Amino acid sequence: MSGLTLLFWIALPYVAIAVFVVGHVWRWRVDQYGWTTRSSQLQESRLLSIGGPIFHYATFAAIGGHVLGILIPASWTAAVGIDEGMYRAISASLGTIAGLLVAVGLLVLVYRRVSVPRVRVTTSRTDVLAYVLLTIVIGLGLGETVGVNLLGGGYDYRSTVALWFRGLFLLNPRPELMVSAPPVYQAHVILAWLLFMVWPFSRLVHAWSYPLMFLGRPWILYRSYRRTRAGRREAAANR
Amino acid sequence: MRVMAHVGMVMNLDKCIGCHTCSVTCKQVWTNRPGTDYVWFNNVETKPGLGYPRGYEDQDHWRGGWTLDGRGRLRLRGGGVIRKLLTIFANPDLPSIDDYGEPWTYDYQHLFTAPLSEHDPVVRAHSRLTGRPTELRWGSNWEDDLAGAPATAPGDPNLRGIEEKVRLDYEQAFMFYLPRICEHCLNPSCVASCPSGAMYKREEDGIVLVDQDKCRGWRFCVSGCPYKKVYFNHRSGKAEKCTFCYPRIENGQPTICSETCVGRLRYLGLMLYDADRVEAAASVTDPAQLRQAQLDVFLDPNDPAVQAEARRAGIPDDWVAAAQRSPIWTLAVRYGLALPLHPEFRTLPMVWYVPPLSPVLDVADDPAGGDPDVVFHAIDRLRIPVEYLANLLTAGDAEAIRVVLRRLAAVRAFMRAQQVEGRVEDAVASSVGLAPRDLEALYRLLAIAPYEERYVIPPAHAERAARLEESVSTGCSVDYEDQFQASAAGYRLDMVQLQPRGSERAGPPPGPSDAPPPPATAPLFVWRDSAKPAGGNG
Ligand code: HEM
Ligand code: SF4
Ligand code: SF4
Repeated sequence: MSGLTLLFWIALPYVAIAVFVVGHVWRWRVDQYGWTTRSSQLQESRLLSIGGPIFHYATFAAIGGHVLGILIPASWTAAVGIDEGMYRAISASLGTIAGLLVAVGLLVLVYRRVSVPRVRVTTSRTDVLAYVLLTIVIGLGLGETVGVNLLGGGYDYRSTVALWFRGLFLLNPRPELMVSAPPVYQAHVILAWLLFMVWPFSRLVHAWSYPLMFLGRPWILYRSYRRTRAGRREAAANR
Repeated sequence: MRVMAHVGMVMNLDKCIGCHTCSVTCKQVWTNRPGTDYVWFNNVETKPGLGYPRGYEDQDHWRGGWTLDGRGRLRLRGGGVIRKLLTIFANPDLPSIDDYGEPWTYDYQHLFTAPLSEHDPVVRAHSRLTGRPTELRWGSNWEDDLAGAPATAPGDPNLRGIEEKVRLDYEQAFMFYLPRICEHCLNPSCVASCPSGAMYKREEDGIVLVDQDKCRGWRFCVSGCPYKKVYFNHRSGKAEKCTFCYPRIENGQPTICSETCVGRLRYLGLMLYDADRVEAAASVTDPAQLRQAQLDVFLDPNDPAVQAEARRAGIPDDWVAAAQRSPIWTLAVRYGLALPLHPEFRTLPMVWYVPPLSPVLDVADDPAGGDPDVVFHAIDRLRIPVEYLANLLTAGDAEAIRVVLRRLAAVRAFMRAQQVEGRVEDAVASSVGLAPRDLEALYRLLAIAPYEERYVIPPAHAERAARLEESVSTGCSVDYEDQFQASAAGYRLDMVQLQPRGSERAGPPPGPSDAPPPPATAPLFVWRDSAKPAGGNG
């Protein structure tokens, strides 16, 4: 096993996962005040109203596709009656639609960031890094889905990339599975790890705060000083 | 019955001179930071006009506040939870910063660096957002004193339905000032709209705050508030709003806008209310009945049953005593002179307004207007159309406005007769259903009330404040930060500033003493009534 194989398919993934997890814990603990979407809709709404929803919804579809293709073993899909041919047809067609929409949404958002001066000045260096990585990762992903699977001869990543990925989490890394993968898959994966390493330090942390708690919450919230720890202590001391 | 205490404010619009001192002092204290350049927690707008942000009162457009659904249930006008969760990626109802006014500055440096030339150099406006030169097209007080009103004022939503009666040409124009802060509503739609649960009402005093650590920047509070009194800090990515100067209120001091109000037209006081009745009150079908419904939510602090309940709810006795002396109670409930701004938004606001009775002279000049002392025969001929005030303050109920204006006119007529001619006009008093004693009390409160009568903020809980100080010295201040976040970016105002309240106002008058000067809370430009030369009647 060469040094590069080790580096890309074992060291990088584990380092990235560690940075991702530790980074989030650190950020959550020290920077609640910075944990926000950093919305720029006040400055520009028209393009955001097009690009924002397209990008986000398509991204969720793409994430769903990754779960289906990478996390769920081929044997499970086969068990519910989806054979390899069917799977490929579905993943190539729906994947292409989702992928293209992600790209369109991202293009609108990037265009907006670059060309609208009011938005541009709000762009931090981490934003730039995240945008560059997102763009490359998405571009390479499109290369796989559209270039290889839809238009090209196809590649059975479920028996290589997916197995390697799950192996990482089963603490049974099999780097050799990645060595033979087409370069576009390799590059997509490497850049994705880099993106995950940037994630906790960027505005992307907003994704974890999707406010599901809003469902079933009373409309009006009250907070009481008396019921805080300090308030109770004080009341006890006064009694 | 669930008794809660709530701070409230009344502003007497008759006395606002539109000087914007309140706005400026508020800005100095709260929003002179990056990202809040366009934000005025307190603003003063000229009416009629579009206001700040422009056209904010038009809920058909902005969809703020509450509405009733087909079955008469209270619903957020901007859509419920599901709609919000689906449109979270781009809020469909968010104003643009241009609706508030793009913040700008001038390239003053140019005055110094300009080369010698025939004409004086001029400074040009530069956007504070981009630093680039910008055209000034709108601002937070663009329509000051009706500037540009022929172009913009017709868009004022309060003019709907009375276009015929209103003339905007110079001779017949009318105007008055409307100072606005967050209403600290009993039924705040901003709180209800916040997906993160970062906004809350303080149980103790009802002040509505944004927890800066919990806000995630979903910006639905901004669109949810019909008064547009939550702002988005475009640098920090978090919502911010008027805090009712809670660190001052906790110390028994009035808000900055009240403290510095040149017209002395603001009143602060405590109200007791029944939290269990809020939702029903906000759900009343007829918008014109919403004011009465809200009045019914308030509890009479003189009622022994209410006092007993309040004690059970943990409200200190001195707070109940303060509620008994509340000028808000006097003006809004007892005499019904103060009215809520746009009750039809159904948020049950807690900043109420005494409508302006002006200009009286205009009526007096009119031969048909008769004796200026009996102006209330001519209420309908006042320059400011009653219907306009009704659209602003009573959801269109013009008769309710007339009742208030007649009472205000009666105070003037009665006091004029008494002070100029030395006679007591019982008839004037009884014509508005009040006793001479009431009119005198109203005159005192509206015209000459000193500081302590205008601002009745519950006095110190010395033992509680002392405990807070102790806990600071033992290093437990984190606990306060848990719960009370100042609505301010970049820094956190925690409660550790608490000192025993009243330490400043009570006590001997300033004079030579050995004691070190009090910490830097001495008012520099505030003229306290107690510091006034003797002899005045205030
Ligand atoms: C999980 C739920 C998510 C929600 C509710 C959400 C919501 C939002 C919101 C409200 C904004 C601010 C838009 C604005 O007003 O300026 C935003 C921006 C953004 N989001 Fe998300 N997001 C989510 C997940 C994600 C994910 C998974 C990604 C990418 C992998 C992502 C990438 C971005 C980017 C790049 C921006 C910046 C857009 C721009 O201003 O240029 N989001 N998101
Ligand atoms: S006025 Fe204040 S309390 Fe009322 S909805 Fe608006 S921000 Fe909330
Ligand atoms: S300081 Fe008082 S008088 Fe001056 S604008 Fe504000 S509310 Fe009106």
